[in-house]
Amino acid sequence: MALTTAPDPTRRGTGSVRPDATRRGTGRIRHGEGLAGYVFLSPWLIGLMGITAIPMLLSLYLSFTNYDILTPWSEVEWVGLANYERMFTNDPSWWHSVGVTLRFALIAVPLKLAAALGVALLLNRAWRGVGLFRGLFYLPSLLGGSVALAIVWVNMFNREGAFNSFLSLVGIQGKPWVNDPDWALETLMVLAIWQFGAPMVIFLAGLKQVPTELYEAAAVDGAGRFRQFVNVTLPMLSPVIFFNLVLETINGFQGFTAAFVLSNGTGGPVDSTLMYTLNLYITGFTDLEMGYASAMAWVFLIAIALITVVFFSTGRFWVHYSDGEEH
Amino acid sequence: MATSTMPPPVAAGRRRAHSRSWPRLIVLLAIVAVVLYPLIWMIGTSFKSPQEIVNNIGLLPRTFTPGNYTDGWGNFDVSFARFFANSAMVSLLTVVGNGVSCLLAAYAFARLRFRLRGLWFAVMIGTLLLPGHVLIVPQYILFRTLGLVGGEWPYLPLLIPQFLATEAFFVFLMVQFMRGIPRELDEAARIDGANAFGIFRHVILPLSRPALVTTAIFSFIWTWNDFFRQLVFLSNLSDYTVPVALTLFIDSTSQSAVGPMFAMAVLSLLPVFVFFVAFQRMLVEGINTSGLKG
Repeated sequence: MALTTAPDPTRRGTGSVRPDATRRGTGRIRHGEGLAGYVFLSPWLIGLMGITAIPMLLSLYLSFTNYDILTPWSEVEWVGLANYERMFTNDPSWWHSVGVTLRFALIAVPLKLAAALGVALLLNRAWRGVGLFRGLFYLPSLLGGSVALAIVWVNMFNREGAFNSFLSLVGIQGKPWVNDPDWALETLMVLAIWQFGAPMVIFLAGLKQVPTELYEAAAVDGAGRFRQFVNVTLPMLSPVIFFNLVLETINGFQGFTAAFVLSNGTGGPVDSTLMYTLNLYITGFTDLEMGYASAMAWVFLIAIALITVVFFSTGRFWVHYSDGEEH
Repeated sequence: MATSTMPPPVAAGRRRAHSRSWPRLIVLLAIVAVVLYPLIWMIGTSFKSPQEIVNNIGLLPRTFTPGNYTDGWGNFDVSFARFFANSAMVSLLTVVGNGVSCLLAAYAFARLRFRLRGLWFAVMIGTLLLPGHVLIVPQYILFRTLGLVGGEWPYLPLLIPQFLATEAFFVFLMVQFMRGIPRELDEAARIDGANAFGIFRHVILPLSRPALVTTAIFSFIWTWNDFFRQLVFLSNLSDYTVPVALTLFIDSTSQSAVGPMFAMAVLSLLPVFVFFVAFQRMLVEGINTSGLKG
């Protein structure tokens, strides 16, 4: 959730991820400042321990047990790798949810980013009204993650929904898309793409930082608008594209609300909207198999970490940093 | 701020701007129609009678049925007034918690020097990408063991993390903002005899208002819209927040519930919409610049 909007990747050169790039902590710590530092940091540190670190360790432990919320702690059994074994070898619905999540992310994220970039290019001019359009396009990103909008979406793609009334205008006989296992997930993809505004705003900021001279030079060299786009805009924008891609992919993997609303918490029809997080919720809080759900959570965490690593290690082949920094 | 107030580059297109502006405008208006259609359809449907919801799939109702709003408001044993009050309380307390705790942590990271600061900062950046779903099961178990789930005041599991700066995004945002505050101001205050607390109180806190406002707005909207944590931690009907209450409508599949459901959906989005209208510039630009100047 917190990642739908994000620290600004467009400000190249200032992006060192260090608390204080100019004065690193190697200098002498001023008298009393070390203590003050920990006083100010204490709420965060307590949160890190109590809300993040300890739960993570607890979840790692639980993933090797058969814990459910009903049995007392003394009767919890250590089952070794059984949960992981079951997940990989004996749980078709787990594999199914992996497939649903991958399909969702692989289709919705590129389309969403393409829409965001396309509209950003349309808006990247100084004229009156840009602010209004930009604001209107950003609105779905604020509303789209809510239960209310998911309810609207499900009804819009239902038999009597607005989408079918639009189709009937062009002579196509619609169907209740959200009840069709072949189409239910697609309606959720459309909902995700509809929220192209947040990455669009980040693209717009990136476009503003492309030096005008580069276009002028390209034009002098005879490059048409398409060549300019391919040879100037895309490379100059690649850090922002990379940033949006990482963020939206990780967000895409975590889609929950809309799938929950569409299926009333079941992942249906016929498991077609069983996103990974929804499967995790059902396993942990409906079936109360919290040990197994913890194993699922750890696999999810490792998968997200691996994907992030893959992004960053492949990024250096296509992400161009204009100030010559190699990241 | 510097980048947002700068006119965007007009690039190579200025000479043909006039011939281009019409197709561009038409495309943009078409996109506006696609973006706004679901929202207008939602409002229209919230005023339709049960018959019209089946028969009239157009944008607007033929006869206005404002009764959906009163029906929806009292559709469950607990009134929506209660759900809205619960949501407002959780959201506003989250605003307070995030504002205070993230500001303290950010000041430490941005201005104070202490042992292991680099390590803690790296850990904080690491938690930025940590999916919340991964921790929900153990957090639930811990809060339940402490007797806080469904307890006297069931919102503690939702609020305690927010008072402990676990929303790393806001910490990062504020650190970035504070880096832009001139260090000369710290030095001046130090010469005047201020210690780390004095500098925080008299220099950093007053100057961090823009970052605080951005944090407050996003905290409110995200918490107001949040569903996952509220679904997990709230179990009594009278404790429900608006998003959790809205899902109750889905259970009742009868056609007569659609109008009231849409009416409550519209109402639930109103606060976000009001924030959007009031702070539109800040929301859009806040992401990019105001809170994040390096």
